[in-house]
Amino acid sequence: MPTLTIDGVEITVDSGVTLMQACEEAGAEIPRFCYHDRLSIAGNCRMCLVEQENAPKPIASCAMPAADGMVIHTNSPSIKKAREGVMEFLLINHPLDCPICDQGGECDLQDQSMAYGGNDSRYDENKRAVTEKNMGPLIKTVMTRCIHCTRCIRFAQEVAGVEEIGALGRGEHMEISTYLEQSMTSELSGNVIDLCPVGALTSKPYAFTARSWELEKTESIDVHDAVGSNIRVDVRGKEVMRILPRLNEDVNQEWLADRSRFAYDGLKKRRLDKPYVRIDGKLTEATWEDAFKTIADKVAGTDGSKIAGIAGDLADVESMTALKDLLISLGSANLDCRTDGVQYDASNRASYLFNSTISGIDQVDALLIIGANIREDAPIINARIRQQSLTGNLQIAVIGETLDLTYDYDYLGAGAQTLADLVSDNGAFAQTLKDASHPMIIIGQNVLSRADGQAIAAMAAQLADNVGAITADWNGYNVLHQAAGRVGGLDIGFVPQDGGRDVAGILDGAASGDIEIVFLHHADEIDVSKLQNAFVIYQGSHGDAGVQHADVILPGAAYTEKAATWVNTEGRVQLGNRAAFPPGDAREDWTILRALSGVIGKTLPYDTLDALRDRMAEIAPHLAEADQIVAADWQGAGTAGDTSDEPFAGNSIDHYQVNPICRASNTMEECTNIQNEVSEGTGTNG
Amino acid sequence: MLSDKDRIFTNLYGLKDPGIDGARARGDWAGTADLIAKGDDWIVDELKESGLRGRGGAGFPTGLKMSFMPKVSDGRPHYLVVNADEGEPGTCKDREIIRHDPHKLVEGCLLSGVAMRAEAAYIYIRGEFYREAEQLQAAIDEAYAAGLLGENCCGTGYTFDVYVHRGMGAYICGEETALIESLEGKKGQPRLKPPFPANVGVWGCPTTVNNVESIAAVPTILRRGGAWFAGLGRENNTGTKIFSISGHVNHPCNVEEEMGIPLKELIEKHAGGVIGGWDNLLAIIPGGSSVPVLPKDICDTVLMDFDSLKAEKSGLGTAAVIVMDKSTDIVAAIARLASFYQHESCGQCTPCREGTGWMARVMDRMVRGDAEVEEIDSLLDVSTQIEGHTICALGDAAAWPIQGLIRHFRPELEARIATAKQAANTRAA
Repeated sequence: MPTLTIDGVEITVDSGVTLMQACEEAGAEIPRFCYHDRLSIAGNCRMCLVEQENAPKPIASCAMPAADGMVIHTNSPSIKKAREGVMEFLLINHPLDCPICDQGGECDLQDQSMAYGGNDSRYDENKRAVTEKNMGPLIKTVMTRCIHCTRCIRFAQEVAGVEEIGALGRGEHMEISTYLEQSMTSELSGNVIDLCPVGALTSKPYAFTARSWELEKTESIDVHDAVGSNIRVDVRGKEVMRILPRLNEDVNQEWLADRSRFAYDGLKKRRLDKPYVRIDGKLTEATWEDAFKTIADKVAGTDGSKIAGIAGDLADVESMTALKDLLISLGSANLDCRTDGVQYDASNRASYLFNSTISGIDQVDALLIIGANIREDAPIINARIRQQSLTGNLQIAVIGETLDLTYDYDYLGAGAQTLADLVSDNGAFAQTLKDASHPMIIIGQNVLSRADGQAIAAMAAQLADNVGAITADWNGYNVLHQAAGRVGGLDIGFVPQDGGRDVAGILDGAASGDIEIVFLHHADEIDVSKLQNAFVIYQGSHGDAGVQHADVILPGAAYTEKAATWVNTEGRVQLGNRAAFPPGDAREDWTILRALSGVIGKTLPYDTLDALRDRMAEIAPHLAEADQIVAADWQGAGTAGDTSDEPFAGNSIDHYQVNPICRASNTMEECTNIQNEVSEGTGTNG
Repeated sequence: MLSDKDRIFTNLYGLKDPGIDGARARGDWAGTADLIAKGDDWIVDELKESGLRGRGGAGFPTGLKMSFMPKVSDGRPHYLVVNADEGEPGTCKDREIIRHDPHKLVEGCLLSGVAMRAEAAYIYIRGEFYREAEQLQAAIDEAYAAGLLGENCCGTGYTFDVYVHRGMGAYICGEETALIESLEGKKGQPRLKPPFPANVGVWGCPTTVNNVESIAAVPTILRRGGAWFAGLGRENNTGTKIFSISGHVNHPCNVEEEMGIPLKELIEKHAGGVIGGWDNLLAIIPGGSSVPVLPKDICDTVLMDFDSLKAEKSGLGTAAVIVMDKSTDIVAAIARLASFYQHESCGQCTPCREGTGWMARVMDRMVRGDAEVEEIDSLLDVSTQIEGHTICALGDAAAWPIQGLIRHFRPELEARIATAKQAANTRAA
């Protein structure tokens, strides 16, 4: 514990901290460009210089460990002069184009030049100009603005795990580039935009669309995967202009996956903004009254057992609760949120959660991945695993496909037999898991959705028990979900009630005529061709697969347009907020169901969001605990049974096209195209 | 003047056989096993006693540097890295050692390696020294064949390997941590210190980087004793040194001389004097391109060693004496150096990346006189903003020549600006 004096304040800091951290603790603000908490120290911008008594020259505080007895000055005239000198050097070749720069208003260089910039320029030479680099559809480059802090290089190497950004040339001719001038093959590439302290790397879709100070900022939760990344939605008027990550150490740290960041243009396209009713085989614009009336008429003549409801990947907990209550009041037991067909047991919470939690990855020392493409399904979790893997304290093995996960792993085998071997204690990795203090098993949704998914889950659970992955304060059994709405749906029991049909049963019933009315609630990831003969009520935000055979369309809200509860894959309850209003006549989803219930004559007993949330807490008390994880009791998982020899397959769906918002997004389409080009590249056409 | 019996580099001019037989005839590889047997501490103590200061330019005491290596290994191997990336303009001493006396270096590697308990030495040689690298490799091969290197080298039971690695000719790779980066296969950019190479060097292992001349002097110092070496030169500036004399002298040459020899004597005795006589002298850069230039009146009396030159706000550097007579355009000469540093800046840290280009452009205008008088102060100010604010010393090296120019030749700069202005006025009229 070194004790040092900073600006006359004596302070004791933890050993190993840098001078910069010590200075911050002592209340002295240190300007910086290249230093970033989550990246390695480069020490190259020289902005953080401080003066140490008896040292011949100023020292870079970001890189110098705090040592006992140091006497540091952070605001002496010589230090101010040194920093002004560095600022002047940064500015001589930096274009004076702040008025047309998207970073303007939130630019580190702009901000710090207020404190350290000169009043006029004494640089009379020509400024340097650098040609733009192509970095794909997400990142716009204006490399003349680059101040060579190398944050993007370090991010690509250290966090994203792709060595695809580097510096070419030297001296003042040094240029940041992706070498081959193509987009980074990373699902986290957009984060370099946030990291770039100047306007060299900015968001291409956002370019020239808004100024940062005219945006209204709303804190919310992302839904493009089951991680529940914390986001900030920036809105001008009613339009979402951009989405940025928000700091949450337990979830996404400060990163955000590309599809979460860039799919927002899909919020403006293919939107359902009016109710529709199918008249004579043709969808016709209608009023809410007509739409509700049509549904009420149909429901009135239909037995409850012939009514069914399916909640999809983007369904929030509030509206699922309302829909569940409504369906049950109509006498239906046919409701299900498991559109992927996984037979999760909703009464056994630990069997469907990512029990170790995302921040728990920081302690894991042995990890078995069973058929999960974590890099695509949950890039944030993958980055966390990579971060732990870089400490050298994590051994990883994979059963399933051989994928580039950005970290090294042992490949054990392709299918269930390999897992069976581990369960029966064959194979070195079983011992590794046993020896580990915090062993972890991650099982992917693609494996669980197989016919033998529950048998595989049972084997994985057995393995977890065998290797001691389940203790009083640690549960190493983890299900990696893909859908933001799934865990919430399971938590409130949006699954078949006694004698009810599951998703497959509902679809088959609809095809055979046993089911006459189907409520599709944000449900697009299903085989809608079977719904041709049924009366389909589609509630959702986009004109996607679900509306194909819809008889009534109720325009709902996308995730940025409603106050809603989301439960992520680890069971963390998080509240999203409304950043903008839904377009046209569209409404927040739970209010639609509440209004419909009145017309049908089964009025739901809640008039406010708070009352609905009380109802949710009644069903599942932990839903009242926002931002918390309530640990689930371990009761095993899956049901033992036969397994097939079929190898575990990866995603059939492109990870840029996972939901209606992504599918409506031009940006995501471009990403898909680029991804296909890169994977087809042969050197002559690549 | 150094007497022949006290010379270390007895084949500096390549008049004799550079091979192992010739080297043995000159006393190399004699009793190496006995020196090794005396142990690491003894070697370091002898080097400390000798007062040998690093010959690469900074002049850090070599024995002290070696003593920074961990006494007890934590399992990581120790490495000696020899800096043969001789890129400092004006300097050509290491080249001659490698060409004509490579066994001195190879034996020095072994003995220095023993002193720091190292497993291997990596000699990072400048890429342009192609033939020299061949010569060096041949010497190493001879030493292996003679059982002097490798397993049980010299019959002592010690195992030591020497590898040659060719650089690609970047000046910055002569900076010790950039050299380490380059040796590891990365882009040659200096590392932050701490940690110092003695703790975290090549591939994260304890490493000491020494100049060729320092290492090549080690065997002779150990044979003749630290006290012998300390008896030459002046206090704190002991021993002999190879001076590379170039420029406007009658006989440019490399010469080994005693430290502290008067600059004038050095040039008159060994280089045949300044062209046109001493009075035709304009200025001398005494230690390679990165040290400030000295005008004639200082050159008249200054002694060639670390402390004397430092007192004159210059430095011994690599002891590459660049002589300029009165025919020299001193502003153009320094502008050329500024352009060199602009070209060789690695671009990592801000002041050097941006500042070297700035200074080079202003210097180009100063050559033509196309500037304002105030810009001289502005240029000086820019140079002080670079100096001491960078990760490595390249920023300092870029700043010093210009500071030296302004310190000693400011009237020349002002006159040139005035002349240019007058010419412009005449044209306008």
